Amino acid sequence: MTSPVPFVEQIAAVVDVSLKTIAALASSEEVAQAAPGLVGKKSALSQLKSSMGSITDSEERKSAGQALHAAQTSVDAALAAKKSECEATEMAAQLLREQIDITEHLVAGTTRGRLHLVTQATQRLEDVFIGLGFQVAEGPEVESDFYNFEALNMPKSHPARSMWDTLFVESEEPGSVVLRTHTSPVQIRVMQNWPPPIYAIMPGRVFRRDTPDATHMPVFHQIEGLVIDRNITFKDLAGTIEAFTKAFFGDDFTSRLRPSYFPFTEPSAEFDIRRANGSWIELGGCGMVHPDVLRAGGLDPEEWSGFAFGFGIDRMAKERHNVEDIREMYTNDLRFLRQFSS
Amino acid sequence: MKILLSWLNEFADFGTDTESLSDALTSLGMPVEEVIESGSRLQGVVVAQVLRTERHPDAEKVHRVYVTTDGVNELHVWCGAFNMSAGDKIPLATLGTTMPDGRQILKRGILGIDSEGMLCSAKELELNEDHGGIFILPSHLPLGVELFDALGATTDTIFDIDLTRNRPECWGHLGVARDLAAHLAVPFQAKKIDVHTAPVHKVDINIASQDACGRFTATVVKNIAVRPSPQWLQDRLSRSGMRSINNVVDASNFVMLELNQPTHAYDLNAVQSGFRVRFALPQETLVTLDGATRELDPTDIVIANGEDTAIGLGGVMGGLDSEVTPATTEIVLEAAWFPADTVLESAARHGLRSEASARFERGVDPFGAEYAASRFIEILQITCPDLVVCGSSQVVANNTCPQQLTQVTLRLSQVLRVLGVSLNATEVHELIWPIGFVVADQKDGNALVGIPSWRPDCTSEVDIIEEIARHYGYDALGKSVPHSPVHGRLSGVQQRRRLVHEVMVEAGWCEAMPNPFLDPSSTRLAGIDDGAQLALVNPLVAEESVLRVSLRPGLLRAIAYNQSHRVDNIHLYEVGHVYPRGSSGALPDEEEMLCVMSVDSDGKDLSALSTWNLLVDALGIGAQIDQKNPPAGFHPGRSATLRRGKTIIGAIGEISPVVLKQHGITGRVSCMELSLSTVLREEPKAVAAKTVSRYPSSDVDLAFVVPNTVSAFDIHRAVRQGAGALAVSVDLFDIYRGKGVSDDSRSLAFRIRLQAPDRTLTDEEVAAARQKSIDAVAKLGAQLRA
Repeated sequence: MTSPVPFVEQIAAVVDVSLKTIAALASSEEVAQAAPGLVGKKSALSQLKSSMGSITDSEERKSAGQALHAAQTSVDAALAAKKSECEATEMAAQLLREQIDITEHLVAGTTRGRLHLVTQATQRLEDVFIGLGFQVAEGPEVESDFYNFEALNMPKSHPARSMWDTLFVESEEPGSVVLRTHTSPVQIRVMQNWPPPIYAIMPGRVFRRDTPDATHMPVFHQIEGLVIDRNITFKDLAGTIEAFTKAFFGDDFTSRLRPSYFPFTEPSAEFDIRRANGSWIELGGCGMVHPDVLRAGGLDPEEWSGFAFGFGIDRMAKERHNVEDIREMYTNDLRFLRQFSS
Repeated sequence: MKILLSWLNEFADFGTDTESLSDALTSLGMPVEEVIESGSRLQGVVVAQVLRTERHPDAEKVHRVYVTTDGVNELHVWCGAFNMSAGDKIPLATLGTTMPDGRQILKRGILGIDSEGMLCSAKELELNEDHGGIFILPSHLPLGVELFDALGATTDTIFDIDLTRNRPECWGHLGVARDLAAHLAVPFQAKKIDVHTAPVHKVDINIASQDACGRFTATVVKNIAVRPSPQWLQDRLSRSGMRSINNVVDASNFVMLELNQPTHAYDLNAVQSGFRVRFALPQETLVTLDGATRELDPTDIVIANGEDTAIGLGGVMGGLDSEVTPATTEIVLEAAWFPADTVLESAARHGLRSEASARFERGVDPFGAEYAASRFIEILQITCPDLVVCGSSQVVANNTCPQQLTQVTLRLSQVLRVLGVSLNATEVHELIWPIGFVVADQKDGNALVGIPSWRPDCTSEVDIIEEIARHYGYDALGKSVPHSPVHGRLSGVQQRRRLVHEVMVEAGWCEAMPNPFLDPSSTRLAGIDDGAQLALVNPLVAEESVLRVSLRPGLLRAIAYNQSHRVDNIHLYEVGHVYPRGSSGALPDEEEMLCVMSVDSDGKDLSALSTWNLLVDALGIGAQIDQKNPPAGFHPGRSATLRRGKTIIGAIGEISPVVLKQHGITGRVSCMELSLSTVLREEPKAVAAKTVSRYPSSDVDLAFVVPNTVSAFDIHRAVRQGAGALAVSVDLFDIYRGKGVSDDSRSLAFRIRLQAPDRTLTDEEVAAARQKSIDAVAKLGAQLRA
């Protein structure tokens, strides 16, 4: 007959078997399955614990208890370590498995739409002028002779009318309805309807009887500025053009005014802007609002004075994006339109 | 306008720095578009004479030419042209000369024999296009002299200036020179001319229609011979863009280009009986210098002779019958002043814009006629040194002729007010007297300014202020920025228009800008009523001759264009105006519209519809979806009118297949059209916040069999109304057609989420809401699906 194995040795043997079992576990699933047999209520260690009552010697029971606790701790720790080891391995495998090519989802690009280049330029211009304290005014595109010419100091048969090739619209009184040749008629409408002081810009579509070519369209866009206040001088015109130039094009741009002629302003000027490289671009026309125009707008030229300026929007867009032929902006070809994100 | 530097330099010493002169002209309001160097500056080509020619046995295509440039020494050149013989004078490019094409003349010859220069064709010298042989020179040219000096050819610098309408005096070199000299502060002098008048022979002048002519002068010149003008004068004319005709006509044109005074020379025989200036008679005709027979209008100015036969169209063009001919020996020079607007209308009516009419319509100095006539005689004397001036006669129509000196009061305070600089009368005088203005200080803060007669464009105080500003210098006036007391911002309408654009772009639409001018048939072809369509009076082309009443025709064309260029995924929108005939007043009822169109092959593309929903949400707008009245041009079964009561604000759905076929568009086109003028006006109210309930919610799912004739919209509304205030959302989550549902119906399934703000709902409350929804839907003829 063999003598009974000492309790402490029994514990050591169970620990040994348990640790070997744990070491052999290969997945968190196996860990979960094996856990009850190793540390659960029916595990070998639990059974040893419940048989501890048979030890009568208090010293022996004490040391057995300590050994059992140590055994429990080491098996728990080994199982927990195994569990996290398996989970880490499995997560790593999952991450590897789930790898995708992100660019597959980017190749297609955006489905976002596009603003027309002219709308983009108009909005940028509006924003700059709003920053300078201007409001935005609008007017009809089909105008009466009065607003397009007469109120702008061009009475009937004024020779300067020939500066614009005008498109006429059928009307009861022939020649009395035109497609506006410039945004200037809005000046008169604003003067008539807004109490001064007026700081306004007027962007919009204008029309000329011009055969289309690389730089001209019969239908195009202008922006007009009008300032009416007390004691507005030519200096204010030059300063405003300069402020706009820097705000819109950049601080290294400057502007200059040189004498010109428009029936609705006097003194009149063309304004040019100078690029950082020293080259000049002709931008538009401007001048002090002619006293007759102020009168036509219902304002007393002895009380109010002001200036106006205007230039083409299409050309700004053309320059900005190096569009070779302005007609391309009006083909409505999506291959062209989609180039310019807004 | 072409302005020649040599000509300017006759009035003041402007030097030769063309770049700074260009800048000066530009800063005076005469922008120089181009500076052209004209005339050959070729050096090293001299006049030589052929001594003899010789063949060489081994050279077939060239021969040996022996020439001399001094009559003594012999030079040998190889030459490939054979058109010269001994004694001919020919141009010799000497060794080292760089030809206009860049070639340098080298000694290298052929067959070991050097060539000591090259004989030139006219083309090689850029004299003309003749390359048929060596240029045989006139025999009188002196040997050894630089060819271009010998020919009397000149060089010049041409400033091509874009003249504005307010500077009539600059249509003559004198006017440009005066302005430029003032700007550069160099002495300026217009020549004084003494005309010696011999035996008097005057012609009668009668201004029969006083409104037709302000002043008329006629100068008789005898003993002239019609011949070519000297080369330098021909060069002046051709560089100014005019053709040389003969010495008489050239002298007249020369004076016009110099002084801005058109004149006209008649053969004296045609006007022995005198001049009669009047308006044209009914049915009167005139054959003008260009050979055209003109039917005259009673507002045309006619120059007639004493027998009242028309011999010229006043201010525009002379008549053919009174023209100076090679046989002419006696002439009468007309120098007159005609009213600008009358000439303008006359030239426009006859489509005959001449150099003369262009000047009269801008304004000619009414008192420049005599000086111009004197200058004409001076120029004509160059070719006719023996001419005799027989005196001149002049008549003035006082009511029509402007004053010689117009005076305008200039308030110095107004100079400050407009220009922002303070100037006294002396300073103003210093600035503008060099350009002919006379300034007298009135000591009361005003100055009296006399305007020179050559500046008819200046009539008011502000005109003078502009002249002051020009000569003060726009740059020198300085810059200041006014402080705007206005709040810079977009209006509500403008902000909402921006929002519309943002919604469009985010939803994938690309903005198009089709032409608002259409072919007269385009609107009808788009299935739209064209009764309100307005026509252009003077369209550029017939295809663009009416104003659009809808954005659809333009977008349909854009779609067809893109399809024909194999572009996929077509989503286009436009924000633009339509211009239907006005219901009141002369102007059309202009309206701002939005239109979107997308192409879709299978009829499942809902982007136009979902875009409507986006706009409803973004703008806080709404409309009835009226499918019972499909809009014209749309698919009648797949479209709806967007309306508010009787007001139609738009249309939505698919474009009619008939319309698509007309445009050659394949697939289906989804479209939404909306009046932005209407909806952007509406300012949405700020939404009042509702506290989100913290109590549990209950969901009820209901599926109904709904006849096809009843809209989902109506069912949805009924479900929501039935469920009452407890319904926080009602979502349509399933639409089913097919087995189990009859063909004339479909199943619509809704999920109602019920929730109270202040309590947990009881089962009874949920059941009641459910039943009420079912009852409400039942009233529309739909049943709960079994």
